[in-house]
Amino acid sequence: MYRYDEFDQQAVDERVAQFRGQVGRRLKGELTEDQFKPLRLMNGLYLQLHAYMLRVAIPYGTLSPRQMHMLAHIARKYDKGYGHFTTRQNIQYNWPRLVDTPDILADLATVEMHGIQTSGNCIRNVTSDPFAGVAAGEVEDPRPWCEIIRQWSTFHPEFSYLPRKFKIAVTGSEHDRAAIKLHDIGIRVVRNAEGETGFEFWVGGGMGRTPIIAKKIKDFVPKADLLDYATACLRVYNELGRRDNIYKARIKILVHEMGLEKYSALVDAEFARSRGTVKLPDAEIARIQAYFAPPAYEALPATSTGFEAHKFEDKGFRAFVRTNVHAHKVPGYAIVSVSLKAPGIAPGDASADQMDAVADIAERYSLDELRVTHEQNLVLPNVKLDDLYTVWQQLSAAGLASANIGLISDIICCPGLDYCDLANARSISIADELQQRFADLERQYAIGNLKIKMSGCINACGHHHVGHIGILGVDKHGKEFYQLQLGGSGAEDASIGQVTGTGFPPERIVGAVETVIGTYLSLRHGDAETFLDCYRRVGLAPFKAALYEAR
Amino acid sequence: MSFYMELVDMKVLTANRLDDGAVVYIGKAAPWVEDLASALVAVDAGAEGQLTETAAAAVKARRVVGAYLMPVTVEDGRILPASVRERIRAAGPSNRPDLGKQALAPALPR
Ligand code: HEM
Ligand code: SF4
Repeated sequence: MYRYDEFDQQAVDERVAQFRGQVGRRLKGELTEDQFKPLRLMNGLYLQLHAYMLRVAIPYGTLSPRQMHMLAHIARKYDKGYGHFTTRQNIQYNWPRLVDTPDILADLATVEMHGIQTSGNCIRNVTSDPFAGVAAGEVEDPRPWCEIIRQWSTFHPEFSYLPRKFKIAVTGSEHDRAAIKLHDIGIRVVRNAEGETGFEFWVGGGMGRTPIIAKKIKDFVPKADLLDYATACLRVYNELGRRDNIYKARIKILVHEMGLEKYSALVDAEFARSRGTVKLPDAEIARIQAYFAPPAYEALPATSTGFEAHKFEDKGFRAFVRTNVHAHKVPGYAIVSVSLKAPGIAPGDASADQMDAVADIAERYSLDELRVTHEQNLVLPNVKLDDLYTVWQQLSAAGLASANIGLISDIICCPGLDYCDLANARSISIADELQQRFADLERQYAIGNLKIKMSGCINACGHHHVGHIGILGVDKHGKEFYQLQLGGSGAEDASIGQVTGTGFPPERIVGAVETVIGTYLSLRHGDAETFLDCYRRVGLAPFKAALYEAR
Repeated sequence: MSFYMELVDMKVLTANRLDDGAVVYIGKAAPWVEDLASALVAVDAGAEGQLTETAAAAVKARRVVGAYLMPVTVEDGRILPASVRERIRAAGPSNRPDLGKQALAPALPR
C-alpha cells in the first residue's frame, strides 16, 4: 500500500490546522456561513437533514486494517456508532458535531486519511477496481496510476475551480468493476501489440440528470504521457465547459454538445503544445509502483482439501462461497466480498464493531488489506483458501456474512430522504422492503445476477441509471413517488436504463419490481440468460405491458 | 382537516444549530427547542415576520444556520410538518428508530 511521504503528511497536517482555525473563526463569528461553507466543503463537511455530514476519502478504495480501525474509532467516539460506505468508495458519517470535526480530521490524519477532494469543483477522490492487483487476468494493478493521479490532482492550482466536479476512475481489467464509462474521465490500463502498457482514455461519462456513457477518445496513451494527456483533457474542459448553468457544467455536456471529434482535436492540439510539461519519469513510476508490490504470498497448491471438505459439509458456507468468493490471481488464494447488504440494514452501512471485526480479519487473514467497492460492499483481497472457512465464521459472528453478492438483494442505494438534504424520496425504506420480498435465497439464485440501484433524487448518487433495474425517487405533489428504469449497466457493456413509464407510489414500487422479475423469468431463454441479456433481447415492450396492462 | 386549518397557513421556523448541526425550532417558551412539540406556530403574516426576525438575529449571533419557515398542520394539538422531509427531520431517519429525536420521544406518525 502507498505510505505518505513527508510532503503528503505535512500537507494533510497543515490542512487540519487550517481547518481548526476556520472552525474556530466560524464559532467566534469572524466567518459567516457563506464564507465558511466553501471551506468546510473542501474538507468534506456538509450540512444535511439531521446534522452535519462528514465525507472521508478512501483513495481508490484501498484501506489498511489500521485505517479501518480508525474509521471505527471515529464512528464510536464522534458519531453514532456507524458509517455509510458510498458508491464513490468514500465513507460518510451522518452525525458529527461541527466543534468536533477538527479533532476528527486530526485523528484521520494520523492514519493518512482526510476529507480532501470529496467535495467541490475539483478533481475528486480517484476511484478504482476493488479487485485491483489481485484479479485474475488483470493487465496491471491500476492503483499506482491512481496514486500518481492523486498526487498530481491534489491541490492542483489550475484545476481547483473547474466548471463542476470532476471524477476519474481507473481499472486494469477488461471486466469493469469501476464503472469507468460513467466518469468524467475513465481510464483502462491496456497493453499494445508491442507489449507496452498504456492507457485507453474515455471522456464525458456521468450520471446525474443527464446520464451519458463516456466516449473513447484515445486507444493508447503511453505511460509517460498520462498526466500530460489528462492535463490537456482538463484544460480544454476548464476553458470551454459552461459556467453559466450548473446543470450543463459537467464535461459530459461539453463533449456531447461540441462532439467528440471537435473536443478531441482541441485536446490533441493542447497535448501537442504542452507535452512534456508534467514529466512522469520511469524512476518515479517505479517508486510509486514499489508501494503496491504484491504482498508476500505463500506458494500454495491451487486447491485446498480443507476448503473443499467444509464446502461439502456446510450448506451456509457453500452458499457464501457461491456468491462471495472470487478467483484470485495467485494459486491457493481467493478474493472475498463482504456484503454490507444484510436485511434490515441500510445498504452500505457498517457499525463500528463491524469495522473493527473486518479490520481484525483483514489483519490476520488478508495480508493486511481491505477494499471498498462502488457497490457499497467491502473486500478482503488476499484470503488463503485454507482460511476461508474461519474467515466466514468470523464474518458470520460479526453479522457480515450475507451471501448475496451480485444477487437481487445486493442493492445499491443512496441515503435518500432519510438523511439527504437534496432528496425527493426515501430509498433505504424501499431497499429494505425489496430485500424482505426477495429474502428467499433459492429464489434469488433462480433470478440470478441482478443489480438493483436506487437514488432518492435525480443526482443519481445511487447509480439508478445503470442498474439492471433502476429506481428513482421523485416528488409528486409533495408525496414520495418512484420511477422505474430497466436495462442499465455500469460495467464494460455500459448502458443507460429506459424509464418504463408512469411511476409508482411507495406501496406499489416493490410489486412493480416483482412484476418485472416475473416477466423476465417467463421470457428468458433458459436459466443462463441473465436479466440484462434477456432485456436486451426482448426490449422494454413486454415489461411495459406487464407493468401497466392490469392498471 | 377542519375548515379553520384549510384557511390558515401555519408555519414553524426551523434551522440547524451551528455548533452541532442539530435540528431546532423557535419555541413557545425558549428561543430554540429541539422538540417540535414545543415549537411556536405562526398563524399569520405578522407572527411569521417575527419568527423570521428572531431567526435572522440568531443566525447573526451564530446560534443557528439555514433558518427557514416550514408549513405545518396542527391535529389534536400535535404539530405535524406538512412535508415528509420535515417529518423525517423532526423524528430522525425512518430506518433507524434508535437514532435522532425519535429515540428520545415517541416517533411522529408518517
Ligand atoms: C449526502 C449528501 C450528498 C450530496 C449533497 C450529493 C450531491 C450530489 C450531486 C449534486 C450530484 C450530481 C452531480 C451532477 O450531476 O453534476 C451527485 C452525484 C453523485 N453522487 Fe452524490 N451526494 C451526496 C451523497 C452521496 C452518496 C451517499 C453517494 C454514494 C452512495 C454519492 C455518490 C454520487 C455519485 C456516484 C454521483 C454520480 C456522479 C455523476 O453524475 O457522474 N453521493 N451527488
Ligand atoms: S441521489 Fe439525491 S437523495 Fe440520493 S444521496 Fe444523492 S443527492 Fe441525496
